[in-house]
Amino acid sequence: MLDSSTLARAQSAGQSREEQPLANEQSTSAVADDEARAAGPRISISVDETRKSRTLKVKAAVENLNFYYGQHRALKNLSIPIADKQVTALIGPSGCGKSTFLRCFNRMHDLQPGTRYEGSITLYPDNLNLVGPGIDPIEVRMRIGMVFQKPNPFPKSIFENVAYGLRLRGVRNRATLAEEVEKALRGAALWDEVKDRLQDSALALSGGQMQRLCIARALATKPEILLFDEPTSALDPIATAKIEELISTLRDQVTVLIVTHNMQQAARVSDYTAFMYLGEIIEFDEAAKIFTNPSKKATEDYITGRYG
Amino acid sequence: MSGTSMTAPYLDPKHVREGLSRRKLLDQVFVIVGLIVMLACLAILAVLFIDLVIDGSERFSWDFFTNFASRRAERAGILAAWVGTSLIMIVTALCAVPVGVAAAIYLEEYAPKNWFTAIIEINVTNLAGVPSIVYGLLALGLFVYQFNLGQSIAAAGLTLALLILPIVIVATREAIRAVPNAIREAAYGLGATRWEVTKDHVLPYSTGGILTGMILGLSRAIGETAPIITIGALSFIAFLPESPFKSEFPFISFGWLDDPFTAMPIQMFNWVSRPDPAFQANAAAAGAILLGMTLLMNGVAIWIRYRFRKKINW
Repeated sequence: MLDSSTLARAQSAGQSREEQPLANEQSTSAVADDEARAAGPRISISVDETRKSRTLKVKAAVENLNFYYGQHRALKNLSIPIADKQVTALIGPSGCGKSTFLRCFNRMHDLQPGTRYEGSITLYPDNLNLVGPGIDPIEVRMRIGMVFQKPNPFPKSIFENVAYGLRLRGVRNRATLAEEVEKALRGAALWDEVKDRLQDSALALSGGQMQRLCIARALATKPEILLFDEPTSALDPIATAKIEELISTLRDQVTVLIVTHNMQQAARVSDYTAFMYLGEIIEFDEAAKIFTNPSKKATEDYITGRYG
Repeated sequence: MSGTSMTAPYLDPKHVREGLSRRKLLDQVFVIVGLIVMLACLAILAVLFIDLVIDGSERFSWDFFTNFASRRAERAGILAAWVGTSLIMIVTALCAVPVGVAAAIYLEEYAPKNWFTAIIEINVTNLAGVPSIVYGLLALGLFVYQFNLGQSIAAAGLTLALLILPIVIVATREAIRAVPNAIREAAYGLGATRWEVTKDHVLPYSTGGILTGMILGLSRAIGETAPIITIGALSFIAFLPESPFKSEFPFISFGWLDDPFTAMPIQMFNWVSRPDPAFQANAAAAGAILLGMTLLMNGVAIWIRYRFRKKINW
């Protein structure tokens, strides 16, 4: 219901403008359908209080996603679009399945036996079903980066941490490595702090620096989507503020999907927010709408702190 | 007073204080008992070592290391024994470590958790408890006769490798398990394959634990007597195995693998069983040296563990 209504809303909002938004299955002509496939579906978003709408590309569309741990169905019929170069936040009480959902995007569940996906997460523009049976999870992980809850740098040098993803991709040239490592560290707002000690152990950094190093490590391989799994839950408020600021700037280069326990954080950093409860998406909308005027009672109860 | 009558008796401050001093006394008692037990163990080892050193004191000299066994106690040395022991340890380490580490990696990182791997795991643990004489009998049938290795250094090294394989596997698994899962997830998240995660992360970060396990295994093997007597170690030899190094190409030779040998514990056993009391001093001196070799190896293991702990602090 959420996906179709959002996409429908996207369509109706876009029809008033010259730029026709195309929801893939609802196009009228075959030609338009092909174009839609080439460009991928679109979604509308209203900016600031005026709610002036603009259309955005969809980077990934989740459709009827179910996920099972053995017999246990942990995710139930999830359907949302993930807007390209925007920040989408997943919020909800502990155990609601938001991390489980996030880990479907880079197939981390495949590391455990007895897990199973149903439905699809289609990555645009090349229409790749990330959870499809024929797709290699390693290929998915090479295209979709992840930053974990607890900073987890390798016990190697700062340089080697960032270079590792490139080395996995066969980059051997020292100049290229140095250049890309610098770019990634700059992208993660860490360069100035570590440029003189790239060969020092990453374990000598502070918690906040470690987490930014992990972000740089993920950025170095230019992922199409960057997943954040409660990236600031182990950090102090100052380090948290830096990471939040960084995530806001990251939307220029990458699509961000973030799980957070902290509703203020979701309100601050996200453009879109999905509220999850007991493995279902209760409400998905623009962050501004979710946090000011949610349409579901459960969402309102959660964001006003009545449970969770 | 109504106030105290409402408080439960176990919350009364006087009662709490009495209980606390009793509980702290128990704490102290355990500290003392623990200390006594530990010192007793150390004292036994120290007495043993000092006793060996005193008994063998008249034999400690350079000649003792460079002389072959002899019928005259004062001219007998341990040259063949320590060379034999060293070569056997090399064979043992080269066989047991790669196989043991590979088995541990498979069990920890690759094997699915099912009844088959559960049986393998139970077996590995049980193998560590098999009496060493049984390994000796196995080796006699398999290596000496079936594979035709004869009473050679190769046969002895392989036998002791079998003996310490479970120790190496268990220690390696512990070391691998100590690598946090978050590190594996970080590497998988970047698109690493299982082998890349293992060779780039799991193995390098667990090297300290693996080396410690290897050395503890070797220090168990160095003192083993029963299995190598079973496969027929000679106790009286007056020649060295062929040298592994050659002056002409290819400079290295494996002829020594086929040579007969003796080893430190065998030499000791031989001297102890002689009626002439002069040989008892030789046995004591050899025992002190063997014990010293073992302690040295354990010391190296502790040092390695310390070094790696300092470098990698999760």
